[in-house]
Amino acid sequence: MAKLRRFWGWAIASMLFRLALIYFPRNLNFGFRPEIATPVTSLRRLAEGYWLKQSSMSPYAGSMYHGSPLLLSLLGPLTAKRFEGQPSHIACSLLFVVADLVTAMLIRTTGQYLQSAYSQSLKHLNLMRHLEASAFHPAGDIAALIYLWNPLTVAACVGSSTSPIENMMVALSLYGACLGLSPLAAFGWVAATHLSLYPAILIIPVILLLGYGPDSPPRKLFLGRNFGSSGYESLPQACHFSWRPAVYFILWASIWSFFVLVLCSISLMQYGGLFEMFRRTYGFILAIEDLSPNIGVLWYFFAEVFDFFRDFFLIVFHVNIMFMILPLAMRLNHRPCFLAFVYIAISSMLKSYPSVGDSALYFALLGWFVNELADMKCSFFLLCGYVGVTLLSPVMHNLWIWRGTGNANFYYATAMAYACLQIILVVESVSAMLHHDRTMKKSISQS
Amino acid sequence: MGIIQPVMIVALVVLGCFNLCYGGEEFSEELLLRPLPDRKVLAHFHFESTTPPTKDYGHHHHLFPKAIYQLVHKFRIRELELSFTQGRWNYERWGGYDPISSSNAKPPGVELWAIFDVPLDQQSSGSIRYGALPREAVCTENLTPWLKLLPCRDKSGLASILDRPAIYRAFYHSQRLRITSNEFGSEGIEPGIDLEQTLTIVVQPDDQRTSTSYSSGKMLQPDWSISSIFGRKISGTCVLARSSSVFFELESTLVSELNKLGVDNAASDGDQVYPGVELSVAPDQVIKERKSSSVLFEFSVKKHDYKPLDIGVKWKYPIVWSCVQAPFQANRFLMGSGNERGSIAISLKATDHQRIIVGDEFRDKCEMRVVIFQVVPWYVKIYFHTVQVFLDGRLEHTPAVIEKIQVSPSEDRVSPGVMEIALRLPCSTVSAVITVNFDKGFLHIDEYPPDANQGYDIPSAVVRFPDIQASTYYLGDNSSRNSPILSKFQENNPVLSYTEVLLVPLATPDFSMPYNVITITCTLLEKLLSSPDFVQVVQQVERKITGAI
Repeated sequence: MAKLRRFWGWAIASMLFRLALIYFPRNLNFGFRPEIATPVTSLRRLAEGYWLKQSSMSPYAGSMYHGSPLLLSLLGPLTAKRFEGQPSHIACSLLFVVADLVTAMLIRTTGQYLQSAYSQSLKHLNLMRHLEASAFHPAGDIAALIYLWNPLTVAACVGSSTSPIENMMVALSLYGACLGLSPLAAFGWVAATHLSLYPAILIIPVILLLGYGPDSPPRKLFLGRNFGSSGYESLPQACHFSWRPAVYFILWASIWSFFVLVLCSISLMQYGGLFEMFRRTYGFILAIEDLSPNIGVLWYFFAEVFDFFRDFFLIVFHVNIMFMILPLAMRLNHRPCFLAFVYIAISSMLKSYPSVGDSALYFALLGWFVNELADMKCSFFLLCGYVGVTLLSPVMHNLWIWRGTGNANFYYATAMAYACLQIILVVESVSAMLHHDRTMKKSISQS
Repeated sequence: MGIIQPVMIVALVVLGCFNLCYGGEEFSEELLLRPLPDRKVLAHFHFESTTPPTKDYGHHHHLFPKAIYQLVHKFRIRELELSFTQGRWNYERWGGYDPISSSNAKPPGVELWAIFDVPLDQQSSGSIRYGALPREAVCTENLTPWLKLLPCRDKSGLASILDRPAIYRAFYHSQRLRITSNEFGSEGIEPGIDLEQTLTIVVQPDDQRTSTSYSSGKMLQPDWSISSIFGRKISGTCVLARSSSVFFELESTLVSELNKLGVDNAASDGDQVYPGVELSVAPDQVIKERKSSSVLFEFSVKKHDYKPLDIGVKWKYPIVWSCVQAPFQANRFLMGSGNERGSIAISLKATDHQRIIVGDEFRDKCEMRVVIFQVVPWYVKIYFHTVQVFLDGRLEHTPAVIEKIQVSPSEDRVSPGVMEIALRLPCSTVSAVITVNFDKGFLHIDEYPPDANQGYDIPSAVVRFPDIQASTYYLGDNSSRNSPILSKFQENNPVLSYTEVLLVPLATPDFSMPYNVITITCTLLEKLLSSPDFVQVVQQVERKITGAI
């Protein structure tokens, strides 16, 4: 009970912290930072799109807005509202704070469910001593608090970018999939894909989650353990794939996407319809047309690469994400939530317009596996690296853009360091997870 | 040679006869000279060729340039104006209210606009095109083709005094070409094609006298003549020209100052037209303006054919006057620092002349319409929702001031952004400032010009006062005078002024880095793909698959 009270205390404190930052003197200017507001998520661009739509032009006219038309209808009126004496976009900022809280709650509930299911399957394997040996952390609370107190999340929330909404949809999808709620999972997945395209690859972990249930030790262990004693029926759910929720998910996903597409085509009726929407949102993301700096490496790459090779490298970079999906899905199919974390981390590294909002999400998901990844290597180095990059990136940007004493390479260097850190994080966490599975296998064979 | 020469003469005579007999085409050349308050001189050349419509006259022309005729027919041009300008017209000192400043003062660089006669089924794309190249350097290579359009080139007539060094030494010079055609329209007052070529230059005459300053601190205006400005005299007309004349203009404000002088210094010499000013050649005609009492002295070059014409001015007394300005003086500047974002501000400051135009009694009630037209290149990404209007330093509610706002947002790498704002300002406004925010775009390494760190120019904004017309009406019989330049001045043209060109620096990538960036980024990705654990994952999966097979 005391733990619970402490969690809520911290959660409320984080909300208050965000509100304080929103009301902070206006020179904070988080909304202008390239690390926070990308061309796809910037609220200023959304306000421009809304203005264009209000003056009966296509919101996509003028290469300014590249987001969803539905988000425009939801957030647009809020951006146009001005309250006397309040910071601009106050209504949107409050909405983002609420979205952050909802995401944290979803992450917390999912984490708690994951943990209880995991300890259940460990009991099955008589590995409780394995659990008790290490300090047992409440993963859900930790993940939620990481999400709420991560400076990157706070910056993304206060900096008026739409990534809190995208993160909420991804969290909703994983929550629905964990609890076996196919319609909810489908809704979250469709909405997240509609907003930012990259969550489309989450369809694999979500289907695995619905089919196999939440993360468990490797399936072989159950088979080896239970084969003699109690027969096939007593195997936990994790060992056989149940098709019914997966089919339901597909069904619901098609219903939701149909629904979303109809709504989009209604809202863009006079402005070129769905084709225009796909060209301006997905096309813009895939073709990397905007070369303004962000924390990724692709903007500089495509600003420098010879025009002749542009298409080739566009294909290479996007296929890279695809290339890693299948092997990882086969190797980690017993841990769909961890797979989702790896996918999100990889896509946030290779996506065209990354922002700190993306890393905020995968850091929170990392919190779910705090027990399994306890002996992950390089974690201190990673922490220092992230802190260093977070501090250096604005400095280098300032030197290049504002002072003119540095050049583009300075900022590119921090972007590369950031990409490096993400690579190390993904590689190390995957290897730690595989190592964890191996030790479990070893301890079973010993007993 | 002995045979060719008479043949040529015969041919010329025949041609000349042809011209006179079937004279549908006309050409005229005129030059206007005007002293400016800041000791400079404005010289405005005006050449005009007209041809009757094709359906009456046919496709063949004797005077009218073939290139222009073919251009008009190929692109179905209704109106076209192309100007090459170096320097900026100083609206404050050289005036902003007369026909020359509102229709001949052009923005620096090249400006081109055209109205096409578009068939009805293609009308969706619009029939007006506008383009500007603010950085274009203007030189003799632009002047030569322009001169080639004249029937006499610069071999004789008024164009023969166009001395290149004199033109390019000038503070401001603008060569302009304007085509008006009624070939395709059904109705029209003057059918046919009208080609108007003007060259406007502002030069500082060499002051031969040591500038003696008078007790009052006033400086004597420099004496000048055509030969002292251009180094040549007008030695005859272009034989193909219907009319060929030179005008010397004294502005209304100058005339009233001169009249005051006349009262003070009653003793007047014989040859003076006005007290204090002495012309070296007696004018053939004196024309007075109806409204503002400015005076034009006309010199017909034909009458001076026997000896070179060299009009000169001598000033007897120091005199100070100022030109009539537009109701608002328009300036434009950039706000903000850094290469990420900024704002463009267009400021309108009420001039003294506003009171004269509007009148004191109407100041509180009336409203003045101002239209601002602005084209921005795509890498200056304007946020149109951030348009703000400050009247006398106070932020105004935009719908109350902005009558209409029409935008066509820029498309990345495709089209520039266009913004037209119609403001309705109370006449009592002293200053109005319009601001709009923008983000600076980042270009591909190949899209930067050779000197990337110099920055990019944003074309001038056009500030138009649609309610106020800059036109002059001359007393006397206009039809007998039949001068194209004067009839141009009498047309109703809204007062127009151009703002400064803005220089926007953009952030640049490191131009020496393409190979490094490609290799380093690819190495980074390879790091992910080749990390031992991922290799292991892939190998295991491979083994599984091969095992299954």
